[in-house]
Amino acid sequence: MNQDTIITLRNINYSIEKKNVLHDVNFELPKGAFVGLLGPNGGGKTTLTKIILGMLKPTSGNVTLFNKPLEEFNDWTKIGFVSQKSNSFNREFPATVYEVVSTGLTSKVGYFKFFNRYDKEKILQAIDAVGMNEYTRENIGKLSGGQQQRVFIARALVSEPELLILDEPTVGVDSENVQRFYELLHDLNQNKGITLLLITHDTGTMTKYASNVACLNKTLHFHGKPEEYEKLTEREISKFYGHPVNIVSHDH
Amino acid sequence: MLADLLEFDFLRQTFMTGLLIGIIAPLLGTFIVVRRLSLIADALSHVTLAGIAFGLFLEKRYALVMIPPIYSGLLFSVVGSIFIEKLRSVYKSYQEIAIPIILSGGVGLSVIFIALADGFNTELMNYLFGSASAVSKADFITIFTITIFVVLIITFLYKELFTLSFDEEHSKVSGIHSKQIHLLFIILTALVIAASIQIVGVLLVSALMTLPVAASMRIARGFKQMMFLAIAFGELAVMIGLISGYYLNIPPGGTIVVVSIIILLIAIGYKKVNVTKLGAVE
Repeated sequence: MNQDTIITLRNINYSIEKKNVLHDVNFELPKGAFVGLLGPNGGGKTTLTKIILGMLKPTSGNVTLFNKPLEEFNDWTKIGFVSQKSNSFNREFPATVYEVVSTGLTSKVGYFKFFNRYDKEKILQAIDAVGMNEYTRENIGKLSGGQQQRVFIARALVSEPELLILDEPTVGVDSENVQRFYELLHDLNQNKGITLLLITHDTGTMTKYASNVACLNKTLHFHGKPEEYEKLTEREISKFYGHPVNIVSHDH
Repeated sequence: MLADLLEFDFLRQTFMTGLLIGIIAPLLGTFIVVRRLSLIADALSHVTLAGIAFGLFLEKRYALVMIPPIYSGLLFSVVGSIFIEKLRSVYKSYQEIAIPIILSGGVGLSVIFIALADGFNTELMNYLFGSASAVSKADFITIFTITIFVVLIITFLYKELFTLSFDEEHSKVSGIHSKQIHLLFIILTALVIAASIQIVGVLLVSALMTLPVAASMRIARGFKQMMFLAIAFGELAVMIGLISGYYLNIPPGGTIVVVSIIILLIAIGYKKVNVTKLGAVE
């Protein structure tokens, strides 16, 4: 096994009630990569994410995180996670941007301890890194979808993770902000050295920024450079999507 | 009451007990409201009633005065809270079903113990609607201890409780022991309810946990501010409610809740006025 592999998946199978959701998935996420995981709805993207994060147990197969089998892995602060659900949280929850971002440090700081000056500084830096410092003391519910998503990225960043997993982070974000959002991810990847796994169905914008593209529909159908992905014919892509698709860029 | 307060020990105890629950009820209430557990407070208060009725029954039947009803109330409340948690994990997608089960169970047991203890008496009335004169020295010390315990736990586990309340899934992924913390939290709730019943009564205890929070939620910026504002509103309601209840000879549960509702209406009105003002500027 390569020392610099952050996630390794070996022969992952997952089925519910005899229905195969994932079939023999093999995948490696090298350190420093920015991998876009593409696939149709119901193709098992979110299931795979949950398996990686230990929220679901695969029917068979092995997950290795930071060179440790998932069962032994416990350094969860190395992993930041921005879920699809972040977008559908209770909008009226009375918390400021600062408070929301601080929850990303809770586990790292540990029980019965308070945030010290250094932690508070980190929270402000994370808010600054996503360009939300104007809104530090605003209630999260007052922000737009795109701004909220930035706050959730800040929450994931504040514990200084080495890997950031994002599940459909651009759902509900308008196209202009999607662009800015990808630039932010690109910056985190290039300048802060954070490994990224981005789960999305938004092929258009993502392929411009990702270093690798993987396509998942029950099993991995393609894993390679974005340039190679773009060379795939419509026919090949519809084969893995299971139905014809229109690969027009999603930029508006 | 103010003049009497200096004169009579038992009144001073009542007033101080009121101030203590004015802190802990809205403090826990803040988390209860944002976690959408408001009705759980109601269910637990009825279980506490069953415990108190059980205590009164023992007292009457076997002359067991060694166990003050607050202790049997506490015991029932804590056991009830653990039951709620169990039920909530059994009915994962219908978690609210735990509430009517526990609530009706509490009322059912209360009815049985009340009947066995030869029906209603004034002491029971005091527990139902609250009382401005029922706090004994021993009860005060119990409630004081509960207050210290609750405030310490909330202070030291504040960031975990807040993280869990804001986003349960995310906090699980980040490795917080959500199950244990949630259980601890629900036990704290049970303690606070049993402590509050002395002053506000079984039927209105959930009001003191939720109304001040509902009011501060309208105005506050952020969670911490909301929490402190809710405590301020809670204290205000308890003070005005206790004093006016004493002079008008009304159980304080009623006056405290009415004051809380007035505060809530003012908060909603204040917000409306501010929103229209801002709207006019824009």
